Amino acid sequence: MTRVRLPPLNAVGYFVLIVALLAIFWEAYKLLGAPGGAYLRGTVPVQAEADRPAGALCAAVGLCEVQLPVRADDRAMPHVWDILLTIFLPPRRGSDTILLTILLKASLFTLQEAVVGFLIGGMLGFSLGVAFAHSGLLERGLLPYVVASQTVPLLAIAPMVVIWLGGSWFSVAVIAAYLTFFPVTINTLQGLRSPEPTAVELMHSYAASSWDILWKLRVPSALPYIFTALKVSATASVVGAIIGELPSGIADGLGRIILNYNQYYATGPERLWASILFASFTGMVFFLVISLLERIVVQRQATET
Amino acid sequence: MPGPVVILENVDMIFGEGASDQVHALKEIDLRIEQNEFISLIGPSGCGKSTLLRVVGDLVQPTSGVAAINGKSARQARLDQDYGIVFQAATLYDWRTVAKNVQLPLELMQFSRSEKESRTQAMLELVELSDFAGHYPWQLSGGMQQRVAIARALSFEPSILLMDEPFGALDEMTRERLNLELLNIWRKTDTTVLFVTHSITEAVFLSTRVIVMSARPGRITADIAIDLPQPRNAETRSNVRFFELETTVREALRVSEAGDQPERKAA
Repeated sequence: MTRVRLPPLNAVGYFVLIVALLAIFWEAYKLLGAPGGAYLRGTVPVQAEADRPAGALCAAVGLCEVQLPVRADDRAMPHVWDILLTIFLPPRRGSDTILLTILLKASLFTLQEAVVGFLIGGMLGFSLGVAFAHSGLLERGLLPYVVASQTVPLLAIAPMVVIWLGGSWFSVAVIAAYLTFFPVTINTLQGLRSPEPTAVELMHSYAASSWDILWKLRVPSALPYIFTALKVSATASVVGAIIGELPSGIADGLGRIILNYNQYYATGPERLWASILFASFTGMVFFLVISLLERIVVQRQATET
Repeated sequence: MPGPVVILENVDMIFGEGASDQVHALKEIDLRIEQNEFISLIGPSGCGKSTLLRVVGDLVQPTSGVAAINGKSARQARLDQDYGIVFQAATLYDWRTVAKNVQLPLELMQFSRSEKESRTQAMLELVELSDFAGHYPWQLSGGMQQRVAIARALSFEPSILLMDEPFGALDEMTRERLNLELLNIWRKTDTTVLFVTHSITEAVFLSTRVIVMSARPGRITADIAIDLPQPRNAETRSNVRFFELETTVREALRVSEAGDQPERKAA
C-alpha cells in the first residue's frame, strides 16, 4: 500500500483549496439538475413541454420527477463565475462604480461599527468577569441577568437601542457590543479562576495585593480563555453590526446592501451572493486579526506542541 | 542574640468546626525553631504537617493558639515578606521566562531594576541555571523547575524558607542531587528552613532536627536532634550514625502510628 501524501500546504493554501472544492461542489450540484432545475437530470417526465426534453431514466425505467432538495437553476444557485463576474460590473445602469467598490466601502463601514462594538463589548465583558470573579455576591446576583440578556432576540433589542440612542452608527456599535460581551464575560470569569490554589498561595506568601494578584497571576492565566471568547465575539460583532444597521436606517453598510439585493433578487441573484461573500470575508478578516494578536500576546506551550 | 524564629504555642487547627465531618488537623502543637535550624516535619499522610507549615506561613489561621514569627504575629511576618515558600509542584508561571519567574517576588516588592537583575543573576548561578534564564518553564525538566522555584523563594532573602515536599514528585537520583544543592544553599545563606517530607532518609540527611507527627488529630510525638557532622555530603549517607538516626526516626513513626489507633495516648 502506498500512502497518500498530502502536499505541504500552509493555512492559506488549505483555505484556497477548500474554497475551490466548494466552488466545484456547487457547480457539480448544478450539473445534477435537469434544465429548469427542479428535477434530477434524466427524471423529467416524458410528456413535458417542448423546451424540456424528456429524461432518459424516466423513459427507460420509469424513474420520473425525482426532486432536488434545492433547485439547481441559475436563480437559486447562480454560477460561480457569474457571481465573480458581477463583482466587477457596475450594479446600476448609467454608473461607472463597480460592485467591488461599493461592497468594499460597505464592508469597511460595517467593520468599523463592529470593531467599536467589539471594543465596548470586550471591555464590558472583561470588567463584568473581573467583578464576578472577585465577588460571589455580584456573580450570584447579576449573572442570571447576563444570561437572560442573551435569550432576548437581537431583532427585538435592536429597535430599542435605536429608539434610545438614535439611528446612528454608534447605536449599531452598541448592538454589536450586545452580542460581544457575553462570551467574554463567561470566559474571563472561568479564566480568572483557572490558577492552581498553590499559585494563589504563592502570591499571598509574598503579601501581594489583590491588584497584583489580578494583573500578575489571574489575567495572564485567563488570557487563553479570553482570546477564545474574543475570536467568537469578533465574528459575532460583524453579524450584530449587519443586523443593527437595518432598524437604524444606516445606508452605508452591508446591512442595507444585503436587504436591497434581497429585494431585487429575481433580477440579479449574483449580487446578493456577492454581498454574502463580502459579509463573511469581513467577519473572517476580523477573526484573523484577533488570532494574530493572540499569537503575539499568549506565549504558551501551544507554540511548542 | 536574637530569639527563636518560630514560636508555636498550643496551636489547634480544626477544619469545619462544629460540623459532623469536622477534621481536627492539629492538636496542642508546641514548637520552637531557632535561627539557622533546618527542621523537617515527617509523619503519615493526613497528619497535618502541611497544615502546620501553612500555619507558620499564615496561609491558614489556626483555630486557637499563638504563632509568633521573628517576634511578630504570623500575619505581620507575612506582610513583612519574611517567608520564601516552595511547594511540591514548582508552581512557576508559564508565561514568564525562568529569569522573570525568579524576579516575580522582587517585582512585587518593588526592588530597583539593577537590584532585580543582579539578584536574579546571582540566584540562577546559585541553582546552576544561568544558561536557562531565557527559557520557559515548560522547556525544563521537573528537577530544573524545582530549582527555579527555590531560586525564586530565596531571591528576596527571606528569613524563613518553607518547603512543602519540594522534591516529592522527583525521581530518587534527582532528589539526592537536589538535597545536596539545598544544603549548599542553606549554608551559603542565613536561612532557617522548615521542610515537610515523606522520606525518612531525606529528613535525616538534611535536618538539624526532625519533628515526628501522628495523624488524627495531628500532634507532635517526637523531636529528634540530628547530630550528624556538618557539612554533609555523599559520604554522610554511609555514616553508621546516619543509619542509627534513620532507625530512631522510623521507630518514632511506628510508635506514633500505633498510638494513632486509640483516640488518646497516655502522654
